[in-house]
Amino acid sequence: MIEAIKAFINKFTNPQILFPLLAVVYVFVFPINKFFLRINERLGIYKLWTNAGGALMIGTLFSFFCFGMTDANFRKIVTKPDNVPIVGLLFLVVFFLWFAMKQAYENDARIAAGKRPNEAEDAKEKILVWPDLVYIELIALILCSVLLLVWAMSLHAPIEEPANPSVSPNPSKAPWYFLGLQEMLVYFDPWLAGVVFPTVILLGLMSIPFIDNNTKGSGYYTFKDRQMAVSMFMFLWLVLWIFLISVGTFLRGPNWNFFGPFEYWDSHKLAALTNINLSEYVYMIWMKRELPTNILLREMWGFLVLGIYFGLMPLLFAKTFLKNVFKNLGPLRYSVFVILLLLTLSLPIKMLLRWAFNVKYIIAIPEFFFNI
Amino acid sequence: MSENNAWKKFQSFVVNTQVWRAIFRTGIPTTPRQRMMVVLNGVFLHLHPVRLPKHAVKVKYTWCMGGLSFFVFLVLTITGILLMFYYRPTVEYAYGDIIDLREQVPLGIMREIHRWGAHLMVITVWLHMFRVFMTGSYKPPREFNWAVGVILLVLTMLMSFTGYLLPWDQLAIWAITVGSNMAGATPFVGTGGPGSSLLAIGDVNFVTSTSDAKFAMLGGRFVGEAALLRFYVLHCIGLPFVMMIFMIVHFWRVRKDGGISGPT
Repeated sequence: MIEAIKAFINKFTNPQILFPLLAVVYVFVFPINKFFLRINERLGIYKLWTNAGGALMIGTLFSFFCFGMTDANFRKIVTKPDNVPIVGLLFLVVFFLWFAMKQAYENDARIAAGKRPNEAEDAKEKILVWPDLVYIELIALILCSVLLLVWAMSLHAPIEEPANPSVSPNPSKAPWYFLGLQEMLVYFDPWLAGVVFPTVILLGLMSIPFIDNNTKGSGYYTFKDRQMAVSMFMFLWLVLWIFLISVGTFLRGPNWNFFGPFEYWDSHKLAALTNINLSEYVYMIWMKRELPTNILLREMWGFLVLGIYFGLMPLLFAKTFLKNVFKNLGPLRYSVFVILLLLTLSLPIKMLLRWAFNVKYIIAIPEFFFNI
Repeated sequence: MSENNAWKKFQSFVVNTQVWRAIFRTGIPTTPRQRMMVVLNGVFLHLHPVRLPKHAVKVKYTWCMGGLSFFVFLVLTITGILLMFYYRPTVEYAYGDIIDLREQVPLGIMREIHRWGAHLMVITVWLHMFRVFMTGSYKPPREFNWAVGVILLVLTMLMSFTGYLLPWDQLAIWAITVGSNMAGATPFVGTGGPGSSLLAIGDVNFVTSTSDAKFAMLGGRFVGEAALLRFYVLHCIGLPFVMMIFMIVHFWRVRKDGGISGPT
């Protein structure tokens, strides 16, 4: 029985299943527009942000880890010293997500009733920094120090064999906070996953205040006053950041193959995959002929796809379901926003293309290391 | 009662000595005026305003994450200085020194505090960003400070990344190898990146494996002696220096942009 459950979870946690599932769940938990909000309300999903919902989420996570710790393979990965903080991170993220959303929904209810948010109620009273803030800080420092000391005394910092450039461990993993990027390496070449995307992520983060021109929702927790901003951020933060790091940490074993949480990391596990480039699809499979020798002729389909994706789609979106966004943001803000959005979506799209059609590259010019 | 009286007397004697008054100008802050003065007069407490709206001190609003990030940074600075007494950044000594830190040094948990503190700081900085987003605190007039915060987030991860190499064990060099291979794929300036072969005159390439971004990062083609020294200097001096500057701007702007965010 227990073995069957483990086998099921091993299958189920495969990113090919879990990622699309998370993406679907996400749409309903963080409704991006009125339509999904209505479904969310009808299904009662917003009840996640009540005390009972919080207990349910933390409880589920906790019991999963308790159940997992009975398994030797699970225990081995989770208790690796450098992985312990990520287990902590998972609990903290779920807790603070609930904590923020609970306050947001409380404030939304107040605002709907014509009252001001809780923070505004509190802000009426002015307090002195000494002693009211200084004491809170002191207590926070003491608690944090205690946590660090207990952690340091109970868990040794990892130290492995002395460095040996001729023996590379399998898998070789980057530090845990970069594992989301390393996970992207499965779908994109290093110049994109390791250089271009991180740069875009940082510039994109910095541009948030300049894109989001919604004046509501500044200085208090709220969901409904800035529904779209919060929901989009949640996709980046929870799905593309925290989830990918967790996959990279817990579920990627030798040769960067996928391993379920209860699976033994067998370095001989075979993942037979023949990935095909878009150009090969077009010429060899659909047209049944040789690849042209001219690079541009060979890859023009890929360029066409990207041209449509980044050139035509923004225009199309501006006329259709992002009509209101376009109206609110104006052409310049909208352009930056939609390009960032399309770049973000390119990761899940590439994932789906890989899983469903074994697509390796949209544009493949290995002659210039230019593969997309 | 008499005991209490004696204590009061002793206390008032101490706070009225010339030494005490030379150090603490305001005396024990009991009146509102003194409580304001103690924040205004002290160099450290002066980071704070004197008065705040009540929501701004509530843990449920701030989660304490920004303050804790700064605190953990200070813990890391102190433990880092202590570690520097024992650690020599050479291929010959580095690994042995790390082992000695546990085996030979009294109170040998400095490295543990430093390493777990580093992980903790990454987590607190992320959660701080999450909180700032959820309260919409990046909105005008705080747009610039959000950008400074993003830079501090990157610097935090770079600090952690450069420190990862220093133990000079298998975990360290291969993690940095994975990371630095990405630098080698930078467009135009990495040998494995697109466009690098275009930067050439005739057959002479400007971007080679001894002149590309990865080489600049490691001081060599592989993670070796030069990389260890480079990462050590960046970790102990270079990045903290840059980080301090951005932290000063960050804290200054929190105050100058109207203090911690709140409903208007």
